[in-house]
Amino acid sequence: MKKFSLIFQELIYDFVHWAIQPLKPLLKPNSRMEKIIIPLEKLAKEVAYNCQMCGQCILHSTGMVCSMNCPKNLRNGPCGGVRLNGHCEVKPEMKCIWVRAYEGASLMPKYGAELLRVQPPVKRNLQDSSAWVNMLHGLDESSKVEWLSAEEQEKLEDLWSK
Amino acid sequence: MVEKKMSQLEQVLRSGRFAITSELNPPDSANAEDVNRAAMILAGFCDGINAVDASGANCHMSSMAICALLTRIGYEPVYQISCRDRNRIAIQGDILGAAAMGVQNLLCITGDDVSSGDQPGAKPVFDFDSIQLLRTARMMRDERVFLSGRKITSEIPLFLGAAANPFVPPYDWRAQRLAKKIVAGAQFIQTQYCFDIPRFKEYMRQVRDLGLDKQVYIMVGVGPLRSYGAANFMRTKVPGIVIPDEIMDRLKKTPKERQQEEGKQICVEILEQVQEIEGVSGVHIMAYRQEELVAEIVQEAGLLPRR
Repeated sequence: MKKFSLIFQELIYDFVHWAIQPLKPLLKPNSRMEKIIIPLEKLAKEVAYNCQMCGQCILHSTGMVCSMNCPKNLRNGPCGGVRLNGHCEVKPEMKCIWVRAYEGASLMPKYGAELLRVQPPVKRNLQDSSAWVNMLHGLDESSKVEWLSAEEQEKLEDLWSK
Repeated sequence: MVEKKMSQLEQVLRSGRFAITSELNPPDSANAEDVNRAAMILAGFCDGINAVDASGANCHMSSMAICALLTRIGYEPVYQISCRDRNRIAIQGDILGAAAMGVQNLLCITGDDVSSGDQPGAKPVFDFDSIQLLRTARMMRDERVFLSGRKITSEIPLFLGAAANPFVPPYDWRAQRLAKKIVAGAQFIQTQYCFDIPRFKEYMRQVRDLGLDKQVYIMVGVGPLRSYGAANFMRTKVPGIVIPDEIMDRLKKTPKERQQEEGKQICVEILEQVQEIEGVSGVHIMAYRQEELVAEIVQEAGLLPRR
């Protein structure tokens, strides 16, 4: 059941990704259109994922669990403080985001391996902006230095199925 | 030429000798003497001394300052940087400063949350996570640039380390997470306290299956439990430490005045067992407030002479 839900979410992700491409000329960073779309994006993602509006969404790479809900804002996996029941070191009543992310990714045929992506530091200046707009214009990934070579990243993601 | 720049810890690990690191209990004073004295107890038996970065989120002398003091007297520090207290700008500057003082070993860790420390009202920073910190340090060393792309005008000889905790969930993902750390730049690993040998063996099997033991030096965290009470405290109050019931029972059954001795004995036994596991390159001995035991543990585990 959970697997179907995750496969469905992968499809939705692909659909949104595809559907917003033609809107690129309209949806410019800091434009009035972005201001209009932000509440919509927030509403959709907040209800489903408790989205924190970091503006650089990696949801599909983290088992469809928003990693910004991790109290340490970790983007690359769990810390060493996870409790034996799989709950969070900081918030004992909450299941560890990364335990959930691993469970989710394990059930995702298309994007599961992306859990092994080495995620770059969060751009805090994109907080509360639209991840959709940022993605269309490459603001979420742009950087003057290469974070990781495609070759290194591929080799790493190959480990997923092992 | 390259040989000269290597830290002692890196040389020992590369040579295939069993490496030992330990941890210096950071003083709550402004006395350099306190650091020197604590280091002197450890230096003869260790290839590197960890200067901890406010571990457990408790305030002590900073790891940077301890490293500076250690390099002054010719001891080799392992500079711990946690992501809890400083943002990326401070951390990159600190890496340069530490290297300028002769620090070569860097241990990049996430850090315990402020809620576990003595000042839970502090602002947690966590600007980087440990993997981003590792990658950034590697970038500074190998590509000689800051994260922004701005050039760094000198070499930074660094030996990069990371932590690993195989003893907590999600167990089956822990080895792959290690692979991530290696790609990000980790050359050596110090693990959390190992008390659960079967779990550790399973972890190492997964590590070997992924071929990771050939890409990184793994040092197993061990340490003497001072008493049943101390063990209970660590088990319930310190994040990430797992102590199996058998060990707790063993300490409980021991009369109070002999518990410290028993704790040391357990540590020696664990050390002997982990030495036999394929892919283990060394141990990291954490003897909080009982540093004087490190020498005895090293000796009783048959790891002398060191040089």
